Amino acid sequence: MSPAPTLYRGREGMWMWLVHRTTGVAIFFFLLIHVLDTSLVRVSPEAYNEVIGAYKTPIYGLIEAGLVAAIVLHAFNGLRIIAVDRWTWALRHQRMLVWVVWGIFVVMMAAFLPRHLGHVFGGA
Amino acid sequence: MMTAPELTEPKKPMNRRTVGNAEKWGWIFQRASGVILIVLIFTHLFINLMTGDGVNQIDFAFVAGKWAAPLWKWWDFTMLVLAMVHGTNGMRMIVNDYARRPFVRQTLQWALNISMVVIIVLGTLVIFTFDPCPTGTDTELLNVELCRELGRL
Repeated sequence: MSPAPTLYRGREGMWMWLVHRTTGVAIFFFLLIHVLDTSLVRVSPEAYNEVIGAYKTPIYGLIEAGLVAAIVLHAFNGLRIIAVDRWTWALRHQRMLVWVVWGIFVVMMAAFLPRHLGHVFGGA
Repeated sequence: MMTAPELTEPKKPMNRRTVGNAEKWGWIFQRASGVILIVLIFTHLFINLMTGDGVNQIDFAFVAGKWAAPLWKWWDFTMLVLAMVHGTNGMRMIVNDYARRPFVRQTLQWALNISMVVIIVLGTLVIFTFDPCPTGTDTELLNVELCRELGRL
């Protein structure tokens, strides 16, 4: 016997809750690093260019793609959370809205990835 | 003879109204800042990664070109403050969920608050004390057009 059904447990909403937390933590730590690396513009142009040059390598290019993916998911799921808190309609359809978030995610990454990966792997 | 002040309410609970309001304002801030951050960060990502040469265009001269306009200084400053407070508030909620021992919880909260203040102060200083044309720098690394315009080259 499965436990009594609840609004979230084990379904789309719970997984999206987990995605929201993990992407949030990842973005937070990236933000700390990103402010530190940008601060190098105040040290010297040489220091900044050297460190930011690392972002243009294939490995960091892929990490950046992951970062953008995390931001897109966190952003649109954040809007879903606001909607579910605010409108009864959205509360009733919160599970369908999870799939709307994934749909927007796919469309936005389809627009972003070819261009970004072209920059990273295609040279100029 | 001195007498100790009488304790009228020795077991008075902490002010629930204040605590409730703090959580409520944190809740409201998280939503309001989240919506603003979507606009700020998506524009930031679009300009830096989608236009021109994308990530390859980002170097000292690129930053100098952007921060020559006050709009982008204030844009980045707003993004810095809202993102750090939003992120710290989110991390605070996660710490409250998982760190059960008061000592661990308080230590983590302090670490979060200190890193938030340090990063905001550092980032703000960098944005507003930025020098686009430091003397003695190889001209190739500078935004030559901007530095000529500023009479620094």
